[in-house]
Amino acid sequence: MGDRTTLQIQQISAHPGPIAGEGMQRQEQVCKLIDTTTCIGCKACEVACVEWNDMPFQNTMFDNTYQTMPDTNWNYWNLIKFNESEHSDGSFAWLMRKHQCMHCADPGCLRACPSDGAIVQYANGIVDFQQENCIGCQFCVSGCPFNIPKFNPSTKKVYKCTLCSDRVSAGLEPACIKSCPTGCLHFGTKDDMKAMAEKRATQLRDVSGFAGAGVYDPDTIGGTHVIYVLHDVTKPEKYGNLPAKPRIPLSFTIWKSVFKPIGLFGAMLGFVGVVMHYVFEGPRREQPAPPIKQIDPPPPPAGKEN
Amino acid sequence: MATSTNRFVHRTNAIDRLGRTVVYEGDLLRHPVYTRFLHWMVGIFFFLALLSGFGIYLPWIFRFFTPLFGGGAMTRSLHPWFGLGFVIFFGLQALNWLQVMRWTPSDTRWMKRIKSYVRNEEAMEPADVGFFNAGQKMQFWEIVGGCIAYAITGVIMWFPEIFGRVAVAISYVIHDISALVMLFGIFFHIYLSTFGEPHTIQAMTRGTVSEAWAWTHHPAWYKDMTGRDPYEAMEEERQRLDQINIASRGWVPPEQAALSPQPPPTGKDASLPSRTKSWKFWKK
Repeated sequence: MGDRTTLQIQQISAHPGPIAGEGMQRQEQVCKLIDTTTCIGCKACEVACVEWNDMPFQNTMFDNTYQTMPDTNWNYWNLIKFNESEHSDGSFAWLMRKHQCMHCADPGCLRACPSDGAIVQYANGIVDFQQENCIGCQFCVSGCPFNIPKFNPSTKKVYKCTLCSDRVSAGLEPACIKSCPTGCLHFGTKDDMKAMAEKRATQLRDVSGFAGAGVYDPDTIGGTHVIYVLHDVTKPEKYGNLPAKPRIPLSFTIWKSVFKPIGLFGAMLGFVGVVMHYVFEGPRREQPAPPIKQIDPPPPPAGKEN
Repeated sequence: MATSTNRFVHRTNAIDRLGRTVVYEGDLLRHPVYTRFLHWMVGIFFFLALLSGFGIYLPWIFRFFTPLFGGGAMTRSLHPWFGLGFVIFFGLQALNWLQVMRWTPSDTRWMKRIKSYVRNEEAMEPADVGFFNAGQKMQFWEIVGGCIAYAITGVIMWFPEIFGRVAVAISYVIHDISALVMLFGIFFHIYLSTFGEPHTIQAMTRGTVSEAWAWTHHPAWYKDMTGRDPYEAMEEERQRLDQINIASRGWVPPEQAALSPQPPPTGKDASLPSRTKSWKFWKK
């Protein structure tokens, strides 16, 4: 793992104890900025993703749109979603959104994962799957608000976009960014990308007449390391089910981190209970038992006998 | 006290004919081969599912369980099959015991005196305790409910692509709670069948129990099986043992020693005339 020198680990799924190397190195938070207003749907990023990650080419699936296939796949991590949207005045908009892992600051997949080290979050914000530790339970699929992790039934492992952690660790930008011909994709530090996105959103509001334009960086999951500039940030659902308030199910936060250990402790009280019963009360013997020689402590005073 | 007891009616089936149950003089048949077979199949699958489930439930404590099943991914893929075995065999056991596990008014009375049962206050069980007592029935019905919960939530988590994200997130909590309740219960089950009530386990190994075990723990079942009053049978046995003791080593029962003209024995023993803690309480 040559990337250890440049990719410091910040969080490990289901990991006991401290994280080796945590806080050893100052790391900038990285971020991918996707400006949906300048995306032309050319799919160069889809091809670049497949090329860089050496994934086999997929059969495309025609369902009356220009979308390559209905959804991302375990070996197709990056998909332009084509959405037709009608304005209230009857005019038409064609919304294209590059759909891939959002690299949440508080990742639902990592929260849900029960396998030590199957999902890690690097100090620069990239959330990465380590398939050698994956047990194939697919809880990450349930924990993800964006429906990103995809299961491969033949290997029983889950895969998703790595934000090209291999390229980023070598100081390169992700493959999709490199391929984008319109410059709607940008890569840099989270602060820089956020500033650039806000500037673009202001321009859209003030100059281009998109009153609702804004930056999609949902704080319900602590922000994401992939942010969008949207024409109308109040209705992200129009961009192919982008949730307005993505949430991690409570069962993967409160239940998993708090009540699971408490519940186990409660169940183990049964063991303590029976051991203590044997110590304090002793067994129930078949009758007639042998005569009692001595009871300690002695029985209550006369008059209460039997 | 009214004696209403559930009778275990079993028609010998093919699995019974595969095995053999020897009932010796002084013993009673409690569990036929079929019941015992189902019990141990349930037990095997329960522990396979429990141990493999532990490794998935809290891997940061129980990570040492997953290598037993061939690593994390193998544990995860085997766990549903173990669970399926557990649910199927327990389902057959539930059908086998459906009649005898029906709740009766005597079970309600038993639950009201559970404190004295836990404190071992009576040497013998009340006269209306039949084939199973209310505690056993309660655990049985808990496992029936738990198996239904396991089956539904387990299938949802086994095929998450069919049932969706929210269903999995809910199922996983229900599955865990069901497992915790069963884990809590299994300690009582194992304790009471081994250390807590000695000689109970032979009912599930060789299928027979002694008459003394029967009249002590399940008096109504004893009466049903032999037609004798359990307390009279116990008293008769006590006197028989006393006679043997008197004849063989000149031992004097404490009650008789207190009545005899000889000077009472000195020391601690003088203040301890009773043989059992209080079994007469239930005899009236």
